[in-house]
Amino acid sequence: MSTPRANIEVLPRSVQFALALGLAALLLFPVVGSDFYVQMVTRMMIMAIFAMSLDLLQGVTGLVSLGHAAYFGVAGYALAFLTPADMPVSLWWSLPLAVAASGLVALVIGFFVVRTHGIYFIMVTMAFAQMVFYLFFDNKVLGGSDGLYINFRPDASILGWLPFDLEGRKTFYYFTLALVVLVYALLRRLLWSPLGRALAGIRINEHRMRAMGFGTRGYKLTAFTIAGALAGLAGYLWGAQTGYVNPELMGFHMSAHAIMMVILGGMGNFAGAIVGAFAFEYLLHAFKDISKHWQLLMGCFIVLVVVAAPRGLLGMFAQRRAAQASEGLHHG
Amino acid sequence: MDFATFLIQLLNSVQYGLLLFMLAAGLTLIFGIMGVVNLAHGSFYMLGAYLGYSLSGQFGSLTLAILGGAALAVVFGLVLEWLLFRHFYHRDHLDQVLLTFGLIYIFEELRSILWGDDVHGVAIPKLLDWSIPLTDTLSYPVYRLFISGVCIALAVALYLLISKTRLGMKIRAGAFNRDMAESLGVNIKLIHAIVFALGVGLAAVAGMVAAPVSSVYPNMGSSVLIMCFVVVVIGGIGSVRGALIAALLVGFVDTFGKVLLPQVAGMLVYMLMAAVLLWKPEGLFKQ
Repeated sequence: MSTPRANIEVLPRSVQFALALGLAALLLFPVVGSDFYVQMVTRMMIMAIFAMSLDLLQGVTGLVSLGHAAYFGVAGYALAFLTPADMPVSLWWSLPLAVAASGLVALVIGFFVVRTHGIYFIMVTMAFAQMVFYLFFDNKVLGGSDGLYINFRPDASILGWLPFDLEGRKTFYYFTLALVVLVYALLRRLLWSPLGRALAGIRINEHRMRAMGFGTRGYKLTAFTIAGALAGLAGYLWGAQTGYVNPELMGFHMSAHAIMMVILGGMGNFAGAIVGAFAFEYLLHAFKDISKHWQLLMGCFIVLVVVAAPRGLLGMFAQRRAAQASEGLHHG
Repeated sequence: MDFATFLIQLLNSVQYGLLLFMLAAGLTLIFGIMGVVNLAHGSFYMLGAYLGYSLSGQFGSLTLAILGGAALAVVFGLVLEWLLFRHFYHRDHLDQVLLTFGLIYIFEELRSILWGDDVHGVAIPKLLDWSIPLTDTLSYPVYRLFISGVCIALAVALYLLISKTRLGMKIRAGAFNRDMAESLGVNIKLIHAIVFALGVGLAAVAGMVAAPVSSVYPNMGSSVLIMCFVVVVIGGIGSVRGALIAALLVGFVDTFGKVLLPQVAGMLVYMLMAAVLLWKPEGLFKQ
C-alpha cells in the first residue's frame, strides 16, 4: 500500500538560499566554535553524507533499505584493517579502496535484494545487513563485539609533500565539509541525468518503466551499489574521526536512524537528507543531555513525527507551495 | 555424531523452529491481513519473557504466569492497536517502519525502567524439571519437550481457528478482499484488532515459555525479530503454512550448523535465505 509522496526535486529559491546560508555558516563555524562542537558538527556532516546516500534509494528510487548501515560499517572496518598499528595509512589509496569495498558488498547483496519488492525489500535488506553485523560480531579475527581501534588518521601526503593534515580537528572538519558539498553536487547531477530520471520513474511506476523497455533491476542494482559506496565514504570518515569501529556501526539502529534522517528532512532531493541529518543528530545530542531515559524521548519523538509530519521539514515547503499553486489556480 | 546426539539436536532444532513459528505466524498474519510491517514484534516477545519472569515469581506457578501473561499481553495489544496501529493500515510501509521503530525505543526504555538492565534467570517449574535419559551420559530435558508441546498445541489451535471457525472464515475473507468482505457485513475493524491481539499474544507466550531456557535480557527482541523476518521471507508473506515449514527449516539449519560447521553457523541461515530468494523471490509459499 505504497502511496507516492511529495518529492520536491526542484528546490524552491527559499530552500536554495537557506542552503547557501548554511554552507556559509559551516565555513565560518570552526573560527568561533569550540573543539567539542567542531567535532560534533563534523559528525553531523558525516551523517549527512550517509543520509544522502540512503536518499538515493529511499527518496529517489523508492526503495526502503533497512540495512544501509552495513555499507557504512564495512568501509569503517576497511580503514581499520588498512591502518597499521604504528603508522598512518595513505589517504589516497585507502579511501578509494574502502569505498570500493562497500560498493562491492552492496553489489553482491543488491543482486539478491533487488529481486524483491515492498515489505520484502525492507525485510531482506535488514536480514542481509544483520548477516554482515554477525559476521563481524562473532569473529575475533574481525574484532569481535569489542571492535577495533584506528590509531592514526589517514595521511594525505603525496611523495613527501603534505597538502593538509587530517590529524588537525579543523582540517578534518573542512575535509569533511568539502566531501559533503562534493557528494551533494554529484547526487544532484545524478538526479537530473538519464540514470536519475530512470530511477525516479521506477519510484513512480516500475511496471510502466518496464513496459517502456527499461531493465529496472539493472537500474535498481546500480542505484543500490552507488548508494552503498557513498555510505562507505561516510563510514570511512566516521572511522577516521572517532579512531574506533565496532559492530554497532552496522547495526539495525544505525540503519533506522538513517531512514529517520531522510524522512525528517524530506526525501528525494538530497538537501532534505542534509537538513534531516543535522536535525536528528542534534536531537540525539539534546535528548542525551536532558535525561538518561533519552530512548524514551527519542521513541516518542519518532512516533510524533510519523503521526504528525510524515513529509518532513522540507516537505512542509512543498505543501505550502502546492497550497499556493492551487490558490493561484482558483484566483487566476 | 552418534544417534543419541543426533536425536537431541533434532529435538532442539524442532523446539527452536516451533518457537520461531509462534513469532513468525503473528508477524506474517499481521502483514498478510493488515499489510503492516511490525518491527516491534520482537518487543512483544521480550515483553512476554519479562512478564513471565515477574508473574512466575509472583504466583510461583508457570501455568498461571502463562495464562495471566498472555491475557495481559492481549489486552496490551488491543490498546496499542486502538491507539496507534489502526491509523497506519493504509499508510506507507515507510511510516509503519518508523512508527514501530519508535515503539522499539519506547518499549526498551520502559523495560529498562521497570525491570532494570540485568540478565534474569527464570526457574523451570518443579514438575517439569527433570530429564529423560537417552544413554548413560546423555539425557533430554523435559522442559524443552514442554516448549515444543505448547507450540504444537497453539499451532493446532491457530489452524483450527483460521480454517474451521466462523471467525477464521471472516479473517480469511478480510485478507482476500477487504472491501468485499466489508460490504458483506464483516466487521473488518474488529477482525483487525483480533488478529493483532492474536499476534501479540502468540509472541508473548513464545517469550514466556522460552524464558527458562534463554533467560530474560535487554535487546532479546531484536535478534528474534531478524530470525522472524528470515522465516517470513523464506516462507512467503501471509502464508501461515509457509511460516511453519520455513521456521522448522531455519531451526534445523541453525541448530545443526552450530554443531557441524561452527565457523560459519551464524551465516548459514542467511545463505539459506539468499538461496531461496534466488529460486523464488516471493518465498516458498507466497499466497
